[in-house]
Amino acid sequence: MTTSTKTDTLLLWVFALATLFGPIILAPFGAGYPDLLQKFAIFGIFAIGFNLLFGLTGYLSFGHAAFLGVGSYTAVWSFKLLSMNPIPAIILATLLGGLFALVIGFITLRRAGIYFSILTLAFAQMSYNLAYSVLTPITNGETGLQLDQADPRLLDTAFGIEYGAALPVSSLFGLDMNQTWTWDFMGWEIQLNAGFYVCAVVLILCFWIAMRIFRSPFGMMLKAVKSNQNRMNYTGLNTRPYTLAAFVISGCYAGLAGGLMAVTDPLAGAERMQWTASGEVVLMTILGGTGTLLGPVLGAGAIKYMEQIFSAFNKPELLDFFSFLPTAIAEPLVSVLALFVGEGWHLTLGVMFMLIVIFLPGGLMEGFNRILGLFNRRRGAAGKHPAKTPAAAE
Amino acid sequence: MDVILLQLLNGLDKGGAYALIALGLTLIFGTLGVVNFAHGALFMLGAFCAVSLSAFMGLEKVTIDETQMTAWGTPLEVRTPYIVDWFGSAGEFMLDFSVPLSILLAIPVMLLVGLIMERGLIKHFYKRAHADQILVTFGLAIVLQELVKAQFGANPLPQPAPETLSGAADIGMALGFDPHTVVYPYWRLVYFAFAAVVIAAVFAFLQFTTFGMVVRAGMADRETVGLLGIDIDRRFTIVFGIAAVVAGLAGVMYTPILPPDYHMGMDFLVLSFVVVVVGGMGSLGGAVLAGFLLGILQSFASMNEIKSILPGIDQIIIYLVAIVILLLRPRGLLGRKGVMET
Repeated sequence: MTTSTKTDTLLLWVFALATLFGPIILAPFGAGYPDLLQKFAIFGIFAIGFNLLFGLTGYLSFGHAAFLGVGSYTAVWSFKLLSMNPIPAIILATLLGGLFALVIGFITLRRAGIYFSILTLAFAQMSYNLAYSVLTPITNGETGLQLDQADPRLLDTAFGIEYGAALPVSSLFGLDMNQTWTWDFMGWEIQLNAGFYVCAVVLILCFWIAMRIFRSPFGMMLKAVKSNQNRMNYTGLNTRPYTLAAFVISGCYAGLAGGLMAVTDPLAGAERMQWTASGEVVLMTILGGTGTLLGPVLGAGAIKYMEQIFSAFNKPELLDFFSFLPTAIAEPLVSVLALFVGEGWHLTLGVMFMLIVIFLPGGLMEGFNRILGLFNRRRGAAGKHPAKTPAAAE
Repeated sequence: MDVILLQLLNGLDKGGAYALIALGLTLIFGTLGVVNFAHGALFMLGAFCAVSLSAFMGLEKVTIDETQMTAWGTPLEVRTPYIVDWFGSAGEFMLDFSVPLSILLAIPVMLLVGLIMERGLIKHFYKRAHADQILVTFGLAIVLQELVKAQFGANPLPQPAPETLSGAADIGMALGFDPHTVVYPYWRLVYFAFAAVVIAAVFAFLQFTTFGMVVRAGMADRETVGLLGIDIDRRFTIVFGIAAVVAGLAGVMYTPILPPDYHMGMDFLVLSFVVVVVGGMGSLGGAVLAGFLLGILQSFASMNEIKSILPGIDQIIIYLVAIVILLLRPRGLLGRKGVMET
């Protein structure tokens, strides 16, 4: 991958602008409301972080949701004990996510391949089980960790910030995270949400850091681990510090994403640590394109958007939609399609998962590149821009 | 002493389920070299074979008995299952034994599911990376469990054990302890015996038949067996089918112990993988040994005496053991040297 600094800067600018203008760009698609936009940004960060591990080193972790959960719990505790300001919450969530990753990575990275996947899965399940049982004083078990009016909030009291009788909301120096300005723009209602902009700024930062890592010698080293770790070892190089660093960075990203989840909605539950959540981030990364910069963000956006669309549909609406067809065709069609929408959204997810792995292992980015390649060949410029196919995951 | 015996027994049925699932998993890995994340879903499908059969046999004929009146003054509706209507007391017996009878349904169904799965999907993933195999079977597992959810709903569907086997045995008395100290449900004993029989059957099949011999040869050196002019792929496909049947049967018989729901497969899958890893990837004996060992260990860890010293240990003991094993002896308890040690 040879890319000049110029194209990188351009990519970063385009990415930053697209993120900041997200509420406007996505409004026509019905995705311009804060809740979904926040999810795009948060899961984008999560997937970028996961890709730093899986995409660069080829280590497939099935336990990344554990770090997300740790981040969420940390952030909520920071709200409870320190301050409702998101900054300490985010910083602590990132640090603790990373610390947790350091401990788990130190053990799990002794093994590679399937063993690594199973070990991370075992650790995540263990954390999930513990969060439900013994750690209930910290995690509040099944109810989930919530804010309380009687929380100490030491920093807030030290600076004399009062929240009155209502349950406090997280606020950045007085800017409430759930504050939304609505604005009518060409017939669409544009909603600019403070919480989203915090997430967006963090997302852009994360994207920039990921880009720096991708282009750095450290990133090259990680890619070398993926392509042939044995050879690296034979040349006398100890790869473990590199993979461990990648794992910890990835854990920091996940912790950060978990922290942001708590910032936008101050609540943390153990189900965020379940292995299905880990599976989701794997899918996001693969759908977008493993080992690419933009891919994971695209994949996260695509999945969260489709989740929104698919789970909103129900059978009557489908019948309505296909009312132009004769009933003899429409009814069987609808009864089949109804499996995939609403409650059955996970079925769609599973089918998509399989289709992507079978037919498009490089994800959306590979799809785009293939299409671009087709155009280039037609123009007779084949070979000049050979389609970049990300190496298949190890 | 009696407490220890009780925990030992408690571990046996769960251990049996782990051993059966892990046996299939390791059989597939040893022959095809594929990591099957959909194996838990096969266990779940087996359980739902039992659910469907009992639902099917429970179909009722409604007749109106004019001679009797209900408390509301309307004629009494008499509901008799068709099967009782047709076969009389034999029908009642079949209804009562619907879970064991489901075995007869589950064998062909699971064999078919296994064969279709291998020919339709897994076959194309032999040459792909392990990560891809994990991902595609993971997707398949989601699809299977969501289909079951769409058909049967999200709630657990309890299946009764046959009337005669639904009581509990006072094993303690038979062994000379005080009465009512070691009481153990019959069905769990049945499950343990069943698991032992299935495991023995699989081993006998591999050990004493020509087919099994070829399969073992293929596991040791696939290429050479192929060069000898044996169509090893076809045999491995059948092995996959057998592994699916074993997982399915484990599911069928487990229904009276744990009411099946659509995500039971995933819960067992994670643990079964741990079992396979502890036993040694590709080692059949290891899978069985580790299955029972971990089942028993888990039941000991859930004793109150131990929980009061180490709270939460029952939740994590299996994972802890797996982590220790992977770090100290990566090839597992009975794994062969050099097989998947990295």
